[in-house]
Amino acid sequence: MVEMDRKIHLIITRQKDAHSEPYKEEFLVPYRPNMNIISALMEIQKNAVNAKGEKTTPVIWESVCLEEVCGACSMVINGKPRQACSTLIDQLTEPITLAPMSTFPVIRDLMVDRQRMFDALKRVRAWVPIDGTYDLGPGPRMPEKTRQWAYELSKCMTCGCCLEACPNVNNKSTFIGPAPLSQVRLFNAHPTGAMHKEERLTAIMGDGGITACGNSQNCVQVCPKGIPLTTSIAQVNRQVTKWSFKRFFG
Amino acid sequence: MGVKNNQHFYRKLHSLLGIIPVGIFMTVHLLVNYSAVWGIDSYNKAANFMVNLPFKYFLELFVIFLPLLFHGIYGVAIALQAKNNIGTYHYGRNWKFFFQRITGLIAFVFIIWHVWETKIQVEFNGVEANYHLMAGIVDNGIALTLYIIGILSCIYHFVNGIWTFLITWGITASPKSQKVTEYIAIGLFFVLTFVGIRAILAFA
Repeated sequence: MVEMDRKIHLIITRQKDAHSEPYKEEFLVPYRPNMNIISALMEIQKNAVNAKGEKTTPVIWESVCLEEVCGACSMVINGKPRQACSTLIDQLTEPITLAPMSTFPVIRDLMVDRQRMFDALKRVRAWVPIDGTYDLGPGPRMPEKTRQWAYELSKCMTCGCCLEACPNVNNKSTFIGPAPLSQVRLFNAHPTGAMHKEERLTAIMGDGGITACGNSQNCVQVCPKGIPLTTSIAQVNRQVTKWSFKRFFG
Repeated sequence: MGVKNNQHFYRKLHSLLGIIPVGIFMTVHLLVNYSAVWGIDSYNKAANFMVNLPFKYFLELFVIFLPLLFHGIYGVAIALQAKNNIGTYHYGRNWKFFFQRITGLIAFVFIIWHVWETKIQVEFNGVEANYHLMAGIVDNGIALTLYIIGILSCIYHFVNGIWTFLITWGITASPKSQKVTEYIAIGLFFVLTFVGIRAILAFA
């Protein structure tokens, strides 16, 4: 086969640890049909030799599900944030550049710490509280029409692509980013979750909340799950407007 | 009561003041200027009407200067906070986000210059606010070009501001409504540009 000798050219932005300077290292890995970024990285793991033929350390990345539902393997591939698992080598132009997402602190190489997103989910109370000291019984039903769009919002996997693309999420701003705002809409739409609607709205009316959105709408373009993030933000804006009037005028 | 603790309130106030009264005032201002197209007398008459409004200083302070100062200064802070990334994300709306900040900064400088020449000189140096004052300012090519850039920046900033205002206050949520208001904003841009540019050329 002609394909046998083909090598994939990777240029990877690496970093030894959280505190050291990033550097670029190039790799040539043997091609196989239907490879994704993860399988290319696994080739480096098997044989950690860079393009110059020097022995090096294997490139570190994070991945869990390998089917684009966990959000762990997000990285900047050819300039855009995507999942390494669902990005196929055959669909990319070479050389392929891999870099960690710049919005998050780098732990090592392509592995970043997305803790700020989980903190934001806690801050906006992105859950439905159902615990009690006794059986509270079944809650109200969700209309099928609501369920259909709510399901789309529930696909958010906290991958961080929307934060990476947002010009207003950066180290000069405290903006929590699009993903948690969409979760506010999701949990406020849930018939039982709606019982705590005002708590979530109040949470995003604080510092770095919904008003820090500047409507660049990059988030909806890069979301790998196709979540209508800008519609969510505008809908939550509407809830916030109503709630702030209600809170002030009574 | 720091700026940070009340970020939500200040941002909403910034968004509101940009339309009411600053944007409304700018539209009226451009329309009054347009009277220059009909001749020197008609412009002087229109300008006179504005200058002789009752409670002028009160109106100027609360309808123009305070809202404009807040919107301008807070807006510069917002603009400087963004990490613009049009190099990576070439989407139309990202460009509009970028231009909103650029035109805001241009408008900020332009309005300081404009107020200095047509207001501060008038109030404190006894210059008379009439057709000839303005004609004197834009009688050279550079000043006229800077005025046209300033006017276009203000108009862009206003019409795009209307579009984002409608999202920020939760009025246009669906992609379709955001598309329609985008077209309306573009239409308004051309209408105001026609009014504003024809007016300034009437002085040149």
